[in-house]
Amino acid sequence: METWSLISICVLLGLTTRWAVSFSSYSGAGKAPMFGDYEAQRHWQEVTYNLPVKEWYFNTTDNDLGYWGLDYPPLTAYHSLLCAHIAKLIDPAWVELHTSRGYESASHKLFMRTTVLFADIVIYIPAVILFCFYLTDGSSKKKVATALCILLYPGLILIDYGHFQYNSVSLGLALWGVVGLGLGWDLLGSLAFTLALNYKQMELYHSLPFFCYLLGKCIKQGLMGKGLLLLVKISLTVLVTFAFCWWPFLSDPQQILQVLHRLFPVDRGLFEDKVANTWSSLNVLIKIKTLLSRDTQLLLSFALTLLFILPSSIKLLIKPTLWQFKLALVSRAKVLLIVNSSLAFFLFSFQVHEKSILKLCSVLMFLFLHLISFVCPFCLSYSMLPLLLKDGLLLPYVVTSVAFLYLGVYLLSALDRNVKSLRLCDVFLCVNRKCALHLVFLQFRVSLVAMAGLSFTSVVLEPPARLPDLFPVLVSVFSFLHFLALLLYFNLVQLTEPPSKKGPKKTN
Amino acid sequence: AVMAAPVSRESGWFVALSLGVSFIKCLLINAYHSTDFEVHRNWLAVTHSLPVSQWYYEATSEWTLDYPPLFAWFEYGLSHVARYFDKEMLVVQNLNYASSATVLFQRLSVIVTDVVFIYAVKECCKCLREEKGKDQLGKPSFILAALLLWNFGLLIIDHIHFQYNGFLFGVLLLSVARHFQGRHLEGALLFSILLNLKHIYLYIAPAYGIFLLRCFCFTQNNADGSLQWKSFSLFRLVALGSIVLSTFAASFGPFIIMGQLSQVVSRLFPFKRGLCHAYWAPNIWALYNIADKALSILGIKLKLLDINKLPKASMTGGLVQEFQHSVLPSVSPLMTLIFTLLSILPVLLSMWRRPNGARGFLRSMVICALGSFMFGWHVHEKAILMAILPLSFLAVESKEDARTFLILSTTGHFSLFPLLFTAQELPIKILLMLLFTIFSFVSLKKLFSKHGQLVNSLEAAYLLGLVPLELICEFIYPLTSWQHKLPFIPLLLTSVYCALGVLYSFIRLYLSVLTAADSRSKAKAQ
Repeated sequence: METWSLISICVLLGLTTRWAVSFSSYSGAGKAPMFGDYEAQRHWQEVTYNLPVKEWYFNTTDNDLGYWGLDYPPLTAYHSLLCAHIAKLIDPAWVELHTSRGYESASHKLFMRTTVLFADIVIYIPAVILFCFYLTDGSSKKKVATALCILLYPGLILIDYGHFQYNSVSLGLALWGVVGLGLGWDLLGSLAFTLALNYKQMELYHSLPFFCYLLGKCIKQGLMGKGLLLLVKISLTVLVTFAFCWWPFLSDPQQILQVLHRLFPVDRGLFEDKVANTWSSLNVLIKIKTLLSRDTQLLLSFALTLLFILPSSIKLLIKPTLWQFKLALVSRAKVLLIVNSSLAFFLFSFQVHEKSILKLCSVLMFLFLHLISFVCPFCLSYSMLPLLLKDGLLLPYVVTSVAFLYLGVYLLSALDRNVKSLRLCDVFLCVNRKCALHLVFLQFRVSLVAMAGLSFTSVVLEPPARLPDLFPVLVSVFSFLHFLALLLYFNLVQLTEPPSKKGPKKTN
Repeated sequence: AVMAAPVSRESGWFVALSLGVSFIKCLLINAYHSTDFEVHRNWLAVTHSLPVSQWYYEATSEWTLDYPPLFAWFEYGLSHVARYFDKEMLVVQNLNYASSATVLFQRLSVIVTDVVFIYAVKECCKCLREEKGKDQLGKPSFILAALLLWNFGLLIIDHIHFQYNGFLFGVLLLSVARHFQGRHLEGALLFSILLNLKHIYLYIAPAYGIFLLRCFCFTQNNADGSLQWKSFSLFRLVALGSIVLSTFAASFGPFIIMGQLSQVVSRLFPFKRGLCHAYWAPNIWALYNIADKALSILGIKLKLLDINKLPKASMTGGLVQEFQHSVLPSVSPLMTLIFTLLSILPVLLSMWRRPNGARGFLRSMVICALGSFMFGWHVHEKAILMAILPLSFLAVESKEDARTFLILSTTGHFSLFPLLFTAQELPIKILLMLLFTIFSFVSLKKLFSKHGQLVNSLEAAYLLGLVPLELICEFIYPLTSWQHKLPFIPLLLTSVYCALGVLYSFIRLYLSVLTAADSRSKAKAQ
């Protein structure tokens, strides 16, 4: 079959899955008084529609920041405003100031789900298709398979169409950034990424690689000549985009400070609930929250994060040349770096929210054709299990995860039998190749069984009375161990990338 | 090979196709379900809690048991599993009971019994003539499996609307596959079981009867393919007869003994219904109705008819079951029966004279199904699947059949759209339809790429016309003020537009039989 038809079939499959998942419940359905993220998004529509821009981020009589106050950057607010205008056309009661609080109805749910689908179709899916077609190498069949896997990635679908969020917007914009950079359209790339940053501050996870890559490129072209021009162009693009997004708030420094304060609430503590990062896993053994002061916590997390992302960033800064000859190499290496810094940020950064792990998953998916990286996204969506259980999304979770697992294994075995030996041997240089492979597969199987077992017990069994959080904690510790292993793995791969791999690629 | 060693490459894609569609089915568990859901819940309750003698008398719910006894036993079997999900669903008095456990159980029962269908599709794929060494995704068997397993109609009727067609068509396709494999007695047994599961398959029984008599009971043909009377095998006829009769005896026997046969039959064949279902199936009668309406409007305009003498409210369409014709003569059940028989007779005769093996039989079966769909009394739009599914088999083997298949499946599937009228399911039906249609067009076009275009420009224009039709019916029309005055117009447009396509495919199929017979006799003469 021709590629376009395969791609349209993949996209249709992705959309069908998305819409089918959207039939299920959303976060906080019927759970007064605070409800959940669904109500948060609806509330933002209400606030942005009814209040002047100056009041959006301030606590006023009409805007109770304690009740899902706006804490995302301005672009999110504009998006809410746009949705609110449409909502107003359909049913004014949906965005009525004050009285619409906790509004729930079947048609409203339909409306909200449609807005997510629309954003997905406009931003995320085209970016995925472009990415797969221009920035991954291999036969067109392999590209289609990669696209299918990214489109069917359960984590994103479950959070956006089950739990309810607009991750596809920020992720899609960031992906447009990657595509732009990969194709050499640096300005478009930086524009898209700046927009992503202004949609969700969590995109900061990805910002360092972008920065290092572009800076490295400028340095390479010579900071006195062409490079300077490029640097000026890029900075101007970024500045203008920022100015454009923040326009209504620029007149008053007070406004800017308040927005920033809303975006980065440092006073909330080191971690929330049971997030699968170092701090909460460590918390099982030592009660860090009580042991260290808040400032020390902040410092410690910052230092550790930096420590973990520094090596890879420096490498990218010094040697952007390695990736310029071949687009494929650019993408792969850049993506590797993104993974590293995201992982590091996730594991050690301050105040991580569970869903931010999504950032990382979509990026990991690009490395899909490495078997080991396939294990991880699966594991990543697994770490969200407690959250999804709370939302009543067990059924779509099980179905999409098993489907994804099967699809991955099937495509891997059907498309390319050599894939498995690609990078693993680079890492286990000293070890016998076969033995290393067996080890990885053994670990993969053990992990799968453990995951299935833990999922089953957390669904079926009541936790012991003394340890009500037993299962969520177990899930998070389990996932954390995998993430840590993954982080080490990727750092190793990037630093030990053998020159032999690049030699032939450069020449052809 | 460490991970996926057990799955060999050849069968891998089949497992992937069937698992993939099963995952989609599982995701649809929370989708809208029609009253058929309650129908089947009620049958579970009736068969579980009442003695057999009461099954066809029980009338607490308006959805009384109106399938043949074997299906009742099937429900009885299911009800024993249902106990472990939610006992309340097995109480006859709990009308419209739909707890989440009930929904889960009923949906899962459809998904699990579809295993029969999956197995049957696998058997059918084995019967195809195939060239070796082709690209996996371009092979006829892959295309056939995808066309059957991912069939749009089955997906929305079974897994959204709610019915057990997958399981039933599984039995049918398995029976067809057995005939292809020369295991005729098995095939006959499966078909008689199917008849006792759902009697709508009586539509295609004539094709079965003639085929078995001609190709099984007569063991030899003359050199020119005509019947050799001497080769009649009484033994085979007796074997066949005893299989069919014993199936019917097992199914209806107990009710005959209890003296309930007339009650059962009256439940199975309720002739009180009108010519057309609430939503007109896209058949001859839809065209007949619209012609009647057009004539009456024309008559009033030209002052030939008196508006006061016309039957009142003849077209509240979709609300009233009875449709009274004002200009053209009204149609009685007997007339539809005669028309149906007349429409299938030539094909049966042709099969009798020159059987052309199992493929000829399959073609006659499709025409029987389509003939009864076109002319039958109170036909449901869902019955179109009985033609589309078997036709998929022929479509991957010949270009002309592929062309007919594309037209018939696209229009037939489109005519199912009104089944799902909820806003929530609107995207899913459009997405699934696009998925199936794009796949069938692209894959069949590729399959017959050596032979030029599949559909000509007129047919393509007609099929593309479905896009604006859908836009008008579901997006534009509801916004106009006519929506309140004439809410049935979109349904009417859909069914009339699709009726043209179905009629055209019917004629094409007919011609394919007659010209094939023609060309064979010419070849003989030369």
